[in-house]
Amino acid sequence: MSYSVKVIDHYENPRNVGSLDKDDSSVGTGMVGAPACGDVMKLQIKVNKSGVIEDAKFKTYGCGSAIASSSLVTEWVKGKTVDQALSIKNTEIAEELALPPVKIHCSILAEDAIKAAVADYKKKHGE
Amino acid sequence: MKLPIYLDYSATTPVDPRVAEKMIPYLYENFGNPASRSHSFGWVAEAGVEEAREQVAALVGADPKQIVWTSGATESNNLAIKGAANFYAGTKGKHIITVKTEHKAVLDTVREMERQGFEATYLDVQENGLLDLEVFKAAIRPDTVLASVMFVNNEVGVIQPIAELGEICREKGIIFHVDAAQATGKVDIDLSKLKVDLMSFSAHKTYGPKGIGALYVRRKPRIRLEAQMHGGGHERGFRSGTLATHQIVGMGEAFRIAREEMVEENNRVKALRDKLLKGLQDIEATFVNGDLEHRVAHNLNISFAYVEGESMIMAIKDLAVSSGSACTSASLEPSYVLRALGRDDELAHSSIRFSIGRFTTEEEIDYAVKLLHTKIQKLRDLSPLWDMYKEGIDLNTVQWAAH
Repeated sequence: MSYSVKVIDHYENPRNVGSLDKDDSSVGTGMVGAPACGDVMKLQIKVNKSGVIEDAKFKTYGCGSAIASSSLVTEWVKGKTVDQALSIKNTEIAEELALPPVKIHCSILAEDAIKAAVADYKKKHGE
Repeated sequence: MKLPIYLDYSATTPVDPRVAEKMIPYLYENFGNPASRSHSFGWVAEAGVEEAREQVAALVGADPKQIVWTSGATESNNLAIKGAANFYAGTKGKHIITVKTEHKAVLDTVREMERQGFEATYLDVQENGLLDLEVFKAAIRPDTVLASVMFVNNEVGVIQPIAELGEICREKGIIFHVDAAQATGKVDIDLSKLKVDLMSFSAHKTYGPKGIGALYVRRKPRIRLEAQMHGGGHERGFRSGTLATHQIVGMGEAFRIAREEMVEENNRVKALRDKLLKGLQDIEATFVNGDLEHRVAHNLNISFAYVEGESMIMAIKDLAVSSGSACTSASLEPSYVLRALGRDDELAHSSIRFSIGRFTTEEEIDYAVKLLHTKIQKLRDLSPLWDMYKEGIDLNTVQWAAH
């Protein structure tokens, strides 16, 4: 399988790898996927008082496209409000990374990771 | 040292230069059709084909008359299974036994026989990849016509107990087919002793050209087959079609070299494989897949837990290897062979098959070991599963949202 230049770039130089304190009330954590399917994504967002995502970190077990998709969304969500982050669509991720059809599920997983991280944050804040 | 390093000899091998040399004249001056009986062009080509038949037969302890040329092991498997099952269905019955870890060329052929009204039993293997003889015996029915078990597994390299299985089949009057594509030049094969009725061979796994193979068809007791390819009656009617002289000559030369150099080569390859294994064993949470003792010298299949196979392949692009992860296919199913060994999905997705061969050097193995250490660490630093493992969380207790 050949990868796009952008996938290879994100894979070789992943942005925002790491973890935030999941018990911090300003942090939302989303973990999606399953080892059995060959990919698991963990996305964490740190939200400031005005509801803007000021930091994001990820860790991903999966193929190059899964790693690139999660790396990309950490860049995209930063500076967005949580609701703006929710509007990121998997099709935009797939298009940006030029993912082939068999890798579309990686972009779907990345979208799900954003939703899961935001849901966790909102839950912590009783929303 | 040239990059990338080829460590995928179980997928295919380069043609040995001696083989290529021997083939070339059969493309130019000796281009005749071996079936032409009326002039020297045909006679020369025929002599080349018959010399190759002797060379192939010699490697496996067979009589040249028992060797039928085919396009490769897939065709040989098709001819053996379809040809024998159909021929003997009327007298013996319509039940076929095979194993879950067989190559797709066998599994898919047996599936086709099921569609044609046969019944099939797909046997489980033990955790080490080997077939339990008692399990095999228990699967035999009065109407079992044929059993097909591979000699050497392509993914994990384990050697099945072919001699013992042959005894059981002969006693019960079951036709016994063996796919030996991965076995030639790797293990001793003596068909004068083995009670095998049909055996499939391929040239390109043993430093010969692609597109050529052979089927051994026993003559005493005589095994009959329904031809799958009809035409000019070549190969005593078993397989019509003009013989690919240059390919056949190449396969013969490749098998001659294999016979003469096998012992020495296997010793050298095993030393390299063991060096690779030793170099990787100190990496935490790694597991060898398949039995290490009943295994060909050139294979090492190893799971690096918490690292997904495809991203691993991407990380070690200086090494040409195979992964048990099938994330590249739409199915997202990991290797069915590793699943049959009882490996959980995560470990199956995390497996890499290294296969070493004639042209592998010690320097290449050293490079591979060093690269793997660095890259596995890098990918584990990226892996949420590795973090969980380090925190002492059992991944099997986690509720995953399967997708």
